[in-house]
Amino acid sequence: MAYAAGVDVGSTQTKAIVIDEGGRIAGRALIETGANVVLAANNAYAAALATDGLSEEEVEFVVGTGYGRYRVTFGNIQITEISCHARGAAHMFPETRTVVDMGGQDTKAIRVGAGGQIVDFCMNDKCAAGTGRFLGAAAAALEIPLDELGPTALTARRPVPITTTCTVFAESEILSWLARGKKMEDILLGVHQSIVSRTLALMRRVGIESQVTFTGGVARNIGVVKVLQEALGMPLNVSDESHYMGALGAALFGLDRILASRQPAIPAEARSGA
Amino acid sequence: MPVPVAPSSPSIIGRGLTEGARLFREWFDRLDAAAEHGEPAAYVFVMGSLAELLRCFDFQLVFPEINSLQTAVRRVAHEYLNEAEDYGYSPDVCGYVKADVAVQLRDGRHPMGRIPKPSIAVLTNACNTYVKWAEIWERLHGTPVFTLDVPGTRAAGDDDRPGDAGFARDVAYVADQIAELIALCERVTGIRFDIDRLRASLAYANEMNACFRTLLDLNQRAPAPFNAVTDGTVYLGVLNGLRGTPEGRAYFTDLLEEMWLKVDRHVGTVQQEAFRLVFVGVPCYPMFRRFSELFSERGGTFVSSTYLWFASGGASGAWTYDLARPLESLAEGLLVSVRRAMDSMFFPDRALAELVRPFRADGVVYHAIKSCRTVSTGLADARRAFSASCDVPSLFLESDMMDRRVISEAQLKNRVDAFFEGLAVRRP
Repeated sequence: MAYAAGVDVGSTQTKAIVIDEGGRIAGRALIETGANVVLAANNAYAAALATDGLSEEEVEFVVGTGYGRYRVTFGNIQITEISCHARGAAHMFPETRTVVDMGGQDTKAIRVGAGGQIVDFCMNDKCAAGTGRFLGAAAAALEIPLDELGPTALTARRPVPITTTCTVFAESEILSWLARGKKMEDILLGVHQSIVSRTLALMRRVGIESQVTFTGGVARNIGVVKVLQEALGMPLNVSDESHYMGALGAALFGLDRILASRQPAIPAEARSGA
Repeated sequence: MPVPVAPSSPSIIGRGLTEGARLFREWFDRLDAAAEHGEPAAYVFVMGSLAELLRCFDFQLVFPEINSLQTAVRRVAHEYLNEAEDYGYSPDVCGYVKADVAVQLRDGRHPMGRIPKPSIAVLTNACNTYVKWAEIWERLHGTPVFTLDVPGTRAAGDDDRPGDAGFARDVAYVADQIAELIALCERVTGIRFDIDRLRASLAYANEMNACFRTLLDLNQRAPAPFNAVTDGTVYLGVLNGLRGTPEGRAYFTDLLEEMWLKVDRHVGTVQQEAFRLVFVGVPCYPMFRRFSELFSERGGTFVSSTYLWFASGGASGAWTYDLARPLESLAEGLLVSVRRAMDSMFFPDRALAELVRPFRADGVVYHAIKSCRTVSTGLADARRAFSASCDVPSLFLESDMMDRRVISEAQLKNRVDAFFEGLAVRRP
């Protein structure tokens, strides 16, 4: 049995996935990227291999993706996370036509074709407004754990509008609303609505076509999922592997290469039609 | 029309770039000398410079847009932008304007030499910023400013042509303004207008325009003989700076010889031309070469660029002046060319759709820039309109023409790489 692996070195976290020849996930790992990107890639890969007791020799092809894809020194090739998220999403949900990926510093809207190929894409530019960092800043300002953000927001009754476009200034805005006696859950719902509003603008630029698959770390936030679904007026595909979708897509591209290399060579006389 | 020239020697390959650089240095040396000796200088803009007319009054021509972009190419734009912002200009103001303000505050000191103060400023309404920009010189130096109101296209697809009644009215309107400008130039310089000098300048401009049109069309060949973003910008600089001169005519004649040789020998701009791309917008001057490398590293070359249409003042349309009636023809040429320049900025989608097939374009790259809302505001809509009519992938990038603070190479590269991955998938 041969294996392929994908290593997605993101700005915040590094994810690694190992898949077998059937495309089934054999191992996965997620670690904080930190300052040493090469080490993060190595460690995530080693941890993913260890999940199923695999050795490096058993992995025939490794694809690096994410901002640190060129730092995956053991990778055979590099592919952008835009292609990889599209591929991973289409693998998990074959009817996917729009992918929205929300990571630490990036939010991407990707329109994909029937085979998971990119038709168009759009990303946030120049600042981290509307990305995972925006939620991180809110969690820090309100002193609550990241994984409680969504559930808390969904208990709100009167959302407070968060209007600032700057992730850093959003902290001040949140604190000012707290000082004015607003409830934490109402502020948080406002934060979620703000992030969704920016995401929708990106999605509209590429065109929203059903089905929509939500990937990236923020897809684990039930608050963003619900608010986005409501705004779109349609359900979202959200996988338990949403966080790993880029790495999965990378591994699938690696598997393509393995399978292609096994195609029997066509004899010259057959090619010439003789 | 220029015809293919018998190639003389392979050594002429690259001559257009080296000669362009030499002519640029000499031009700026002349500006430096003019500043030193207090010679008259006319500040003009690339869209509707009227260089052919102003040369009749012995003005040194100063293109502040070119001065500003040169600070970015030479990686010192931030010093100039900071100085203008310290003086009070907002970060949101056009980067070209701010770099020029800093040049003025530095008494004309520029990386390529000293720039003379304006004796006159001549501008059109092709760019809304031109008008406010010239007011700065008016306030700083008391410069006489002449603004030509050139009637634009009334609506998309509704362009009057020679022979139409509306066109004749518009030409008369522009011609009256040119007559006023001539009187002002005579007052400023004390030189009487000489129509034969104008005729000679128009004749050189005719040849340059014809060569430029042929040059742009030559990039339909595969491999494309020049990169429309990097090489094209050098050619554009000469076209603007030396418009209506014998040196400019000689440069473009030689350039065509070089290009025909490259076509003849299948010499392209990259090792293997894998993807032919069209550029829309203004170049990313703070990382001018590197920006293009993001594409050429993957076998992409820019075969056409809307920048060569509008920043040539519409010369891409190859207007030919009628030398038998120079003043009327100058007015017609200004009207047609400035309109073409404006339409190239505001309605590029139809022209782009028309060039996809002859240029065998694989993709279109839209480059929106923070510094210039005139060019960038409708770019996303233009892209959408283009995508609706053409099955050609496009990429939308956002950076700047001057301000490196809003440019992230990592972000750009990520998008460019993904674009190429998409292009590769489309290949059979």
